[in-house]
Amino acid sequence: MEPKTLFDKIWDSHVVRSIEGGPDVLYIDQHLIHEVTSPQAFEGLRQRGITVFRPGKTVATADHNIPTKDQHLTIRDELSRLQVEKLEQNCRENGIEYFGLNHPKNGIVHVVGPELGYTLPGTTIVCGDSHTSTHGAFGTIAFGIGTSEVEMVLATQCIMQPRPKRMRITVNGRLHRAVTSKDIILYIISRLSTGGATGYFVEYSGKTIESLSMEARMTVCNMSIEMGARGGLIAPDHSTYEYLNRIPAVANSNDFKSLLLRWRHLSSDEGAVFDKEMVFDAGDIKPMITYGTNPGMGMSIDGTIPEADDKKGGNSSFLKSLDYMGFKPGVKILGHPVDYVFLGSCTNGRIEDLRAFASFVEGRRKAPGITALIVPGSKKVEQQAINEGLDKILHDAGFELRQPGCSSCLAMNEDKVPAGKYAVSTSNRNFEGRQGPGARTMLVSPLTAAAVAITGRITDPRDLLKD
Amino acid sequence: MSKNKFTILEATCVPIPLENIDTDQIIPARFLSATTREGFGDNLFRDWRYDKSGNKNSGFVLNDPGFSGEVLVAGKNFGSGSSREHAVWAITGYGFRAVVSSFFADIFRNNSLNNGLLPVVVPDDFLKKLLELIKQKPQTKVRIDLGKQEFTITDTGETVGFEINPYKKECLLKGLDDIDYLLNIRDMITAYEFRNTLKSKL
Repeated sequence: MEPKTLFDKIWDSHVVRSIEGGPDVLYIDQHLIHEVTSPQAFEGLRQRGITVFRPGKTVATADHNIPTKDQHLTIRDELSRLQVEKLEQNCRENGIEYFGLNHPKNGIVHVVGPELGYTLPGTTIVCGDSHTSTHGAFGTIAFGIGTSEVEMVLATQCIMQPRPKRMRITVNGRLHRAVTSKDIILYIISRLSTGGATGYFVEYSGKTIESLSMEARMTVCNMSIEMGARGGLIAPDHSTYEYLNRIPAVANSNDFKSLLLRWRHLSSDEGAVFDKEMVFDAGDIKPMITYGTNPGMGMSIDGTIPEADDKKGGNSSFLKSLDYMGFKPGVKILGHPVDYVFLGSCTNGRIEDLRAFASFVEGRRKAPGITALIVPGSKKVEQQAINEGLDKILHDAGFELRQPGCSSCLAMNEDKVPAGKYAVSTSNRNFEGRQGPGARTMLVSPLTAAAVAITGRITDPRDLLKD
Repeated sequence: MSKNKFTILEATCVPIPLENIDTDQIIPARFLSATTREGFGDNLFRDWRYDKSGNKNSGFVLNDPGFSGEVLVAGKNFGSGSSREHAVWAITGYGFRAVVSSFFADIFRNNSLNNGLLPVVVPDDFLKKLLELIKQKPQTKVRIDLGKQEFTITDTGETVGFEINPYKKECLLKGLDDIDYLLNIRDMITAYEFRNTLKSKL
C-alpha cells in the first residue's frame, strides 16, 4: 500500500462521495456552534422547511459577544443579548446541547471542545470560526467554515470541501527558557507569512512538537489559520492519551480501550509524501512579538523592525501597517510603553497559560499604567484557577481574574482597547481595529505578557526570569 | 433553494491596491451582532470608510465619486483571517458581484462561492497593471465570462483565463445550491454512518 499522510488517512475515511472534478462530500463527526455565525444558518433551515439532521452531533456555547464581568446579570448590549437568546432558542427547538452563560460547561468553543472530550483523534470537526484548527492538536481534521457551511452541516452532517494540499512543518531541538509554544507558532508564521500556507493542511511534527503538552499543542494548531492554512494537526501520542484519560466522559466510555487501539494507527506513514516540507530548529526561536497588522509581521522581541521592501508584502501595505501601529522601519520596540495587557482567548486562555502568567507575576506588582484583562477560556478553567489559588496570586499582584469568553481577542463585548493605545495580547490577531477601533495590538506569549504587565513596557521575559 | 446565477458580467471596477486585506477590515467584529444576512453592506470597510465621528474619509475609494462598479479589485491575499461569512454579505450587500485579486484566502473563497460572489484569480503582474489602469482611468470596463473562464479588459481587449472548480462553476452558472445537492444524497450519508458504526464495532 502506498504510504499515506495522517491527514489523508483521516480525510479518506470521512469521504461519503467524491464529485468528479469537484469537492469531496466529507462527513463531520462533531459540529461546534456559537452565537455569532449560526443564526442565519438556522434561519436557512427554516426557509427550507427542514430540521437538524443529527442534533446529537452538534454542541453549542455562547462565547464571542458575552461580557466577562457580572455574567449573572442580563447582557447589557441589546443586539448581543438577542444573538445569545436566539442561539438558546435554536438549540432548544432543534434538540442541540447548549452551554449558555453561567453553565458550568460554558466557555470559548475551542477551549470547551477539548476539555469536555468532544475532540477526539481521527475525527472531523468543523465550526463557524477560523480557529477551529485548535482541535488538530489531538490528531483531528478540524477547520473553520462560513455560515452557509454551518447550514450544510446542520442539514446533512456533511460539508463539500476540495481536498487541500499537505505541508509538514518539523521543529526539532531544545527550546530556550521563556520560549513557549506561542513563540514557536509566531516564529513559524513570521517565516511563512500570513498567506504562506494558504491551500495547505499542515502536520506539525518533530521532537520539539512531541515534547509539548496538549495545551501547548493547541496553541500551535490554533494559529495555523494565521498563515492561511486550512488547518493544522499533530499525530496523537501518549500525551494525547493521558489528556483524554483524565476526561471522565472519554475515559469512562465503553469503547475507550478499542479507541486507544485504533488511535495508535494515526500517524503519517514512513515515506508519505507532502506537497511542501519545512524544517525549523527550536534553538533559533526567541520570545516573539508582532510589530505590524497581520500575524506574519513578527520578530524576536529584541529584534529590529525590517526595512520596507517588496518582499515584506509591498511597500505601501507594509508602511500603512507600520503607520497604523505608530512604528517606523529599522527601529527596535523593546522598552516601548504599553497601555493594555490581555491574557486569554482560544490561543492562550487555558489553565497552563494562567499558571504561567500567575507564576511570573507572583510576588511582583502590576505596573501602574497598565490596564490588564485576565480572562479564562472556560468556566472549568476559571474554576481550576480558583482551586489552585491562582486568582489570589493574581489579586495580590494587582490583577483581577475575569469570567470566561472571547473578550478582547475580537472586542465584540465591552473589553475594548481604546484608539491609539498599545496592547500586548496573547490572542491570535493583530489586525487593524481587532481589539477596538484604532487599537494597536502586539501578539506575544503569556510569559511575555506577564513581563510587560509588570514593567509597563515591551520587556524580554528572559530578563525577568526567576531562578 | 435556487440562488442568483452568474454568467457574464461587464462592469467598471473599484480598486483597493492593498495586500492582505483581512475580513476584520471588510466588516469589523462589532457589526456581527445580527441574526439576518441583510444590512452588512452599510458597514463594508467601515473603519477605512468613516472616521471616528462617523464622517466619510474622503481619501477612501468607496467615498470617491470617480469610482464605482460591480467589480472589486484588491491586492493579493484578499479575505484572510476570520471565517465570518458576514464579510461576503457586506461585499454583496454593497453591490459587488465579483472580486479580483491574485490570491484569496481559502475560507473567504468558499464563502464567496456559496453566495454567488465570484472570486477571480489573475496573475500578480496583470493585477498590478489592472490596478494602475483603473487608477488612471476609473471608467475602465472589464468583462468576466464565467463560462469561458476569461477576464477581459474591455478597452484593450487584453484577456487572461482564470481557474475555478468545475463543480462550483456549474453551481454558479445554474444558480444551484450545495445544500440541495447534499439533501438529495441523504440516503448515501445514512449508509456511510451505518458502515462506520459497523466498522467501529469490529
